[in-house]
Amino acid sequence: MPVAYALHHVSQETDDTFTLVLEPKDGRSPESFQPGQFSMVWAFGAGEVPISISGDPSDAAHLTYTIRSVGPATRALVSAEAGTSVGVRGPFGRGWPVDAARERDVVIVAGGIGLAPLRPVIYRVLANRNEYGRLTILYGARRPADVLFREELVSWSLLPETQALVTVDSGDLGWTGHVGVVTTLFRHAKLFPHDSVAMICGPEVMMRFVAQELQARGMAQSNIFLSMERNMKCAVGFCGHCQWGPHFICKDGPVFPYSRIRPLLDRYEL
Amino acid sequence: MQTLERIIAEHPFFSELDAQYAQLLTGCASNVRFDSGTYLLKEGEGANEFFLIRHGSVALEIFAPQRKPIIIQTLGAGEILGWSWLLPPYRWRFHARAVEPTRAISFHGKCLRTKCEQNHDLGYELLKRLAGVMGQRLEATRLQLIDVYA
Repeated sequence: MPVAYALHHVSQETDDTFTLVLEPKDGRSPESFQPGQFSMVWAFGAGEVPISISGDPSDAAHLTYTIRSVGPATRALVSAEAGTSVGVRGPFGRGWPVDAARERDVVIVAGGIGLAPLRPVIYRVLANRNEYGRLTILYGARRPADVLFREELVSWSLLPETQALVTVDSGDLGWTGHVGVVTTLFRHAKLFPHDSVAMICGPEVMMRFVAQELQARGMAQSNIFLSMERNMKCAVGFCGHCQWGPHFICKDGPVFPYSRIRPLLDRYEL
Repeated sequence: MQTLERIIAEHPFFSELDAQYAQLLTGCASNVRFDSGTYLLKEGEGANEFFLIRHGSVALEIFAPQRKPIIIQTLGAGEILGWSWLLPPYRWRFHARAVEPTRAISFHGKCLRTKCEQNHDLGYELLKRLAGVMGQRLEATRLQLIDVYA
């Protein structure tokens, strides 16, 4: 059953992307979550949608989600007033291997809104800095105006043992950063592939090419993890909406080791 | 102070290049620098240079009517700029503008072509390296065309 939350506030990230911050209506702390897990968020009267949690896992008072406003439910959520009741089920699914990554370098590669499910990993690593090696964040967006969490990306790039690089597919004269697809950032990244864990989230095509690039640089398939998106509905592996080959994304994922799903990534019409 | 030959040999594009080739190439090379905002090359003009970028950043731009210039790619230290010097009609296809102060090694295109004609082993070595970069950029362009974030 959904738990009632109240909308604390909504902030606009880009033209069509918004961050929602929710707090429990009964005054209790929200369910704890692992970075990479998602919730089913219910806009009453409009529908329920799966949304990855994009906030800080150590925030004991709020749940934070970053979504694109693309359908009736997400439009209702982003246009709701503070205090509006919202239903939340979850968290669900398997998250990023943040424990297995301890004492190793962490490589984050995100495209578009794919940075949102990875932001909790960044918070976790930065809050436990001595437990991890170098943190590398490579982020690609379509245009400069589509770059998410712009101020945080700048602040992360200034931290020791941390590299945050941003590229856009198409630039304008006001943009002085990189232009090119996200894989072009690897040339500028300081990577030690044999002692790193890579976590990738973005469009599937992008993830496939990023995984290939990481392998070409010497990273083992078993150290590469991807977050998959499909039409999740029940979130507990019963309804079959999110079935992908032998996997239910909601239950077996959304985060998978690349070695496990590689054969499915280039299968037509799957 | 590093010699031109050593700078060329240490640039990633010429990684593990035979020393005799580096020596041959040096005869066509010179050090150049560009202030931020300066154009290294312009679409339609004669393509007589090949650049090894050492420091800085260069934006490749396309002009479209009634629109601001579109930056399609940026190139930085360790990357190369320009292959139109290699193939007729030897005309640039894009603008390239220094986004920040940029230092590069510039090779004279006709000089390079002459050396490649005289020494086909050098020509093949250079062409293999250029083809690798062209392949990477073609793949990146295909990904841009898909517009994966739409």
